[in-house]
Amino acid sequence: MTMKRLRVVHYLNQFFAGSGGEDKAGEGPRNRDGAVGPGQVLQRSLGDEAEVVGTVSCGDNFFTEREDEAVGSIVELIRSYAPDLLVAGPAFNAGRYGVACGRICQAVQETLGLPAVTGMYPENPAVELYRQRVHIVASGPSATSMPATLQRMAGLGIKLARRAQVGLPADEGYIPRGLRFTGMAKETAATRAVDMLLRSVRGESWETEWPLPHYDRVPPPAAIKDMGRATLALVTSGGIVPRGNPDRIESTYATKWLKYSLAGVDDLTSERWQSIHGGYDTTRANEDPDRVLPVDVLRELERDGAIGRLHDQYWVFVGSGASTTNARRFAEEMARELVASSVQGVIFTAT
Amino acid sequence: MAKEFERKGIPTAFISTIVPLAESIGPNRIIPGQGITHPLGDPMLSRDEERSLRRRMIQRALEALQTDIEGQTIFR
Repeated sequence: MTMKRLRVVHYLNQFFAGSGGEDKAGEGPRNRDGAVGPGQVLQRSLGDEAEVVGTVSCGDNFFTEREDEAVGSIVELIRSYAPDLLVAGPAFNAGRYGVACGRICQAVQETLGLPAVTGMYPENPAVELYRQRVHIVASGPSATSMPATLQRMAGLGIKLARRAQVGLPADEGYIPRGLRFTGMAKETAATRAVDMLLRSVRGESWETEWPLPHYDRVPPPAAIKDMGRATLALVTSGGIVPRGNPDRIESTYATKWLKYSLAGVDDLTSERWQSIHGGYDTTRANEDPDRVLPVDVLRELERDGAIGRLHDQYWVFVGSGASTTNARRFAEEMARELVASSVQGVIFTAT
Repeated sequence: MAKEFERKGIPTAFISTIVPLAESIGPNRIIPGQGITHPLGDPMLSRDEERSLRRRMIQRALEALQTDIEGQTIFR
């Protein structure tokens, strides 16, 4: 039985499509028939099973600045080739290009029902945005890993286009999407756990069945030079609110954050303040809310001149069960306010 | 969230009792808390002792905010 030769469209940014570098980053969406640039390598990797019938490209800045418009035009150009598969990138560690690849893959999957695969360096910020919805093959940080990455993207893409069974991330070379599958193991969990422990004790290699999530790092900003004149703000995930929780902030699975005034407040008393956090026993916090939100000591240090000023508002939410997506949004929204309030340092207390 | 603040250029002292979790998630300036339900207090101490403990912890947080660091640092 001969299988239909698959039609593949390749998405590239302006650089890899050969238009130019940053000077051409404002270029709008366009297409060319056949393979272009890295598309030649992709074609070799696909072999006889598939053909790169068209290349669609867009400048990184155009995409970033006019994202919705760009996605609309790009999806239309891709559709005009009646493809069976979209291959985007690889984008390596390029942020704008990574976002474009992820967003376009997601868009063709959703609007055209078209299988898609892209490639990125695991620390590309776009990975966190799209890895749950898009198959992203792990690449190196730079284009030197182009041939090996395209080889894996081609293999995975063909499987996706043929609706064949896709293996586990480690076997196929894509970044884990956070999905769980049910399977039968030969041994019980207890046996496997003891076996892992023994291998670990013997110094042999072993692999966890439950890898902990990987988090990125942030370069530390410069320290505060003149604390005696600095404005500090308190932020807490410990759920300290005015008694009675007037704004009905959730005690778990937070969807919102709030801020309250500390103007004229020297000490958090149990008569006026409480914790409504649903993830820990709040008895100790309710006896003295300063145990979670240390207003008393900060006012004292303010009077002593050890700090310039405690900001007259504090920011609060409940950490328990808050999704990282919400937490990231909270942080971005709060950070905007902190910057606008000329806050120079934050003391963040977590329970 | 402490990381997001630092990403925006605001040094942030993160006070948490679960230090290994903090180390894994990655805030840069970590001050170990006293207890999960009372990170800045200790119900076993007298009021005065507890208050001076809290003051020492906040002073450590201020030290963290005034220290230029290369990467994640735990201020004990």
